[in-house]
Amino acid sequence: MIRVILPHHLRTLANIGGEVELDVAGEPTLRSVLDALEARYPMLRGTIRDQVTQQRRPFLRFFACEEDLSHESADAPLPAAVTSGAEPLIVIGAIAGG
Amino acid sequence: MSQVRVLVGTRKGAFVLTADGKREQWDVSGPHFAGWEIYHVKGSAVDPNRVYASQSSGWFGQLIQRSNDGGKTWEAVGNKFTYDGVPGTHQWYDGTPHPWEFKRVWHLEPSLGDPDTVYAGIEDAALFRSTDGGQTWQELSGLRGHGSGPHWQPGAGGMCLHTIILDPSDPGRIFIAISAAGAFRTDDGGATWRPINRGLHSQHIPDPNAEVGHCVHHVAMHPSRPGVLFMQKHWDVMRSDDAGDSWKEVSGNLPTDFGFVIDVHAHEPETVYVVPIKSDSEHYVPDGKLRVFRSRTGGNEWEALTKGLPQANCYVNVLRDAMAVDSLDKCGVYFGTSGGQVYVSADAGDSWAAIVRDLPPVLSVEVQTLA
Repeated sequence: MIRVILPHHLRTLANIGGEVELDVAGEPTLRSVLDALEARYPMLRGTIRDQVTQQRRPFLRFFACEEDLSHESADAPLPAAVTSGAEPLIVIGAIAGG
Repeated sequence: MSQVRVLVGTRKGAFVLTADGKREQWDVSGPHFAGWEIYHVKGSAVDPNRVYASQSSGWFGQLIQRSNDGGKTWEAVGNKFTYDGVPGTHQWYDGTPHPWEFKRVWHLEPSLGDPDTVYAGIEDAALFRSTDGGQTWQELSGLRGHGSGPHWQPGAGGMCLHTIILDPSDPGRIFIAISAAGAFRTDDGGATWRPINRGLHSQHIPDPNAEVGHCVHHVAMHPSRPGVLFMQKHWDVMRSDDAGDSWKEVSGNLPTDFGFVIDVHAHEPETVYVVPIKSDSEHYVPDGKLRVFRSRTGGNEWEALTKGLPQANCYVNVLRDAMAVDSLDKCGVYFGTSGGQVYVSADAGDSWAAIVRDLPPVLSVEVQTLA
């Protein structure tokens, strides 16, 4: 079970109260977790990564275990503490703008 | 009794303002999509409860929202806007080639005959259509591909397709406008297009009379006379009596002919409204006075409408999609400002009152007249 914490506006958009808990088949990666997230919440498609290029949107970042995973390969295994559910994968928006 | 429903898009959410036909007591709901930029909200003419909204954010990109109950509840529908084929390039501000990149949806125009068909005008400029209620979108790529596309340049606000006008007398005819390319028309439902900018004169571009390259801010049409168009260009208010084949200036006695909005009275096709703005470098009303100007002669002769509007220390702007008219008798006129006010006139502009004064900056105003 993977725990995902989304920014406020995406929780509102998807009508999510708190953390999202996802079951992901195989070895979880950023790509497979986002695939599972978007499958459960289709309204999130395009809001975290571009629908065509699959690139992370520039003002969002991925953190877990106090590490920035934003520039890791989307197919790299996630940290063991994330795959075990001990730590969440955090999608965070840049603190910028108004 | 008649009702009106005013759909307001702002920098930080959407608002729905409703009143009975007197248009005096207003109910305000919102913000919907709080914190998001709502460039445009518009309802279907054939099913007024079907409403579409363009929701966007610098963080999370573009969403399209759809309501089936007049804006009370919403569902996110399709937001995948993929240019047809290899997008190619247009010109960047410095004249160098720049790839076409989707940024946002500026304008949503529901079909006049089918609530599930809706057009989207996007930045970088292109026209898309959905025939399944917004679930999927296809580009009408004949517009970008008609020939002049590689020469289009963005205006200061981006290269946006901001105006879509459907001809009620001819399903094949659509008018669109792009900043800063100009106006275009199709007569075959969007397959082929041609520029309709003859008569426009823009002193700030290399060829002031060029076929494309004009910064058209908005175009309006009265549905009973679809061949007559009124245009607020960057500078100049223009009129065409031949569906855009040629234009003549009708700025007349306006205090400044820069501006963004233009609209036509619901029952008087020769009565036109604009809100003059001081200049392209000072985007607010001149002399600290918020004045709507009305022409009852199809242009050239304009009168200032001031009753109920601030006439001192006012420095707001009124953006291109932020004016609308209802179809009651007397015609209601509505506009929203960069200061967050939405004004209504229930007497065709003779007098005005603020419906709300303190919304986020208003990007768009549309109105539905409900039986």
